[in-house]
Amino acid sequence: MSTTVAVIAGCAVVTYVIKGIGPLALGGRELPLWFTSVVILLAPALFAALVVTQALGDGERIAVGANTVGVAAGGFVAWRFRSVIGCVVVAAVVTALLRAI
Amino acid sequence: MDGSDRAARNRRLREGARAGLPFAIAGSLVAVSFGVVAESAGFSAGAAIAMSAIVFAGSAQFTAVAILLQGGTVAAAVLAAALVNSRFLPMGVALGPSLPGGPLRRAIQGQTVVDASWAIAGRGDGTFDRWLLFGSSAVQYVGWVGGTIVGAVAGNVLGDPNAIGLDAVYPAFFLALLIEELDDRRSRLVAVMGGLIALVLIPIAPAGVPVLAASLAALVGLHSSARDAAARSRSASARAAEASAEAR
Repeated sequence: MSTTVAVIAGCAVVTYVIKGIGPLALGGRELPLWFTSVVILLAPALFAALVVTQALGDGERIAVGANTVGVAAGGFVAWRFRSVIGCVVVAAVVTALLRAI
Repeated sequence: MDGSDRAARNRRLREGARAGLPFAIAGSLVAVSFGVVAESAGFSAGAAIAMSAIVFAGSAQFTAVAILLQGGTVAAAVLAAALVNSRFLPMGVALGPSLPGGPLRRAIQGQTVVDASWAIAGRGDGTFDRWLLFGSSAVQYVGWVGGTIVGAVAGNVLGDPNAIGLDAVYPAFFLALLIEELDDRRSRLVAVMGGLIALVLIPIAPAGVPVLAASLAALVGLHSSARDAAARSRSASARAAEASAEAR
């Protein structure tokens, strides 16, 4: 089996298991209040961490680069105009311009 | 299921697709860069496209390919992909109670979760609308696979994806998702805490762990649920006191 096929198959299996395990274990039952309160706050915690690791992380180093500035510019667009597409396009354009200078 | 149920279901599917469309378009840009990067890691165009179609998890795909590019083994690539995907564990736990059917059927429905559709489907009270989830994931799937095809086939024309800023697209995508979530003081506090946990862990933990660990910031909710419960029992006892005063 080639490396490519093994990686694709491996990634598929771990993704299916990870995505399936929560719904498999927890069925349509009444939610305790504490559970709901934590669940509501998972999204800001996870998304903030994804932004930080991708905009400020370079492998195992913390690095501020053209992409960090670009993402911040995109964030301004998302906050001011509520536009996802505007956000990503501005992030890419600002990053590309800074790198071209 | 009668006609009106089906009509309502289809309406929510369409609603989900509409809400997911901007994320699908943004995601397709990310997928273009995935197609280009995968080719540079030795994937054929067909393999890159197959990976997007079968795995459908952007950050895990990027991570696995990056590990291969650094000369890592298959096992290391798959393990890193699993860690990066581990955020879908808490998301799945959150979603589970909102899905109908037996365990297997729920697990299959759970496969449709991607970051943006999970956020779109959340009703804000801890429950999820699965038809919004399916609708928004469907358009994002098309955008993800379509973008990968463009990147894998036309990658040579595009050149270095970083030169055109494509590496900023993915974090910007998550930032747009994050901004939608920051509607009260508590969610802003949790976002700052989650970001700080991730930042501190970047230099010392393997890829994926900083994000999974950041989910601990959501435990702030335990404090507020205790407070809400206390407020509820206070108002219940106040009502009981009023009732007994009236009775007298």
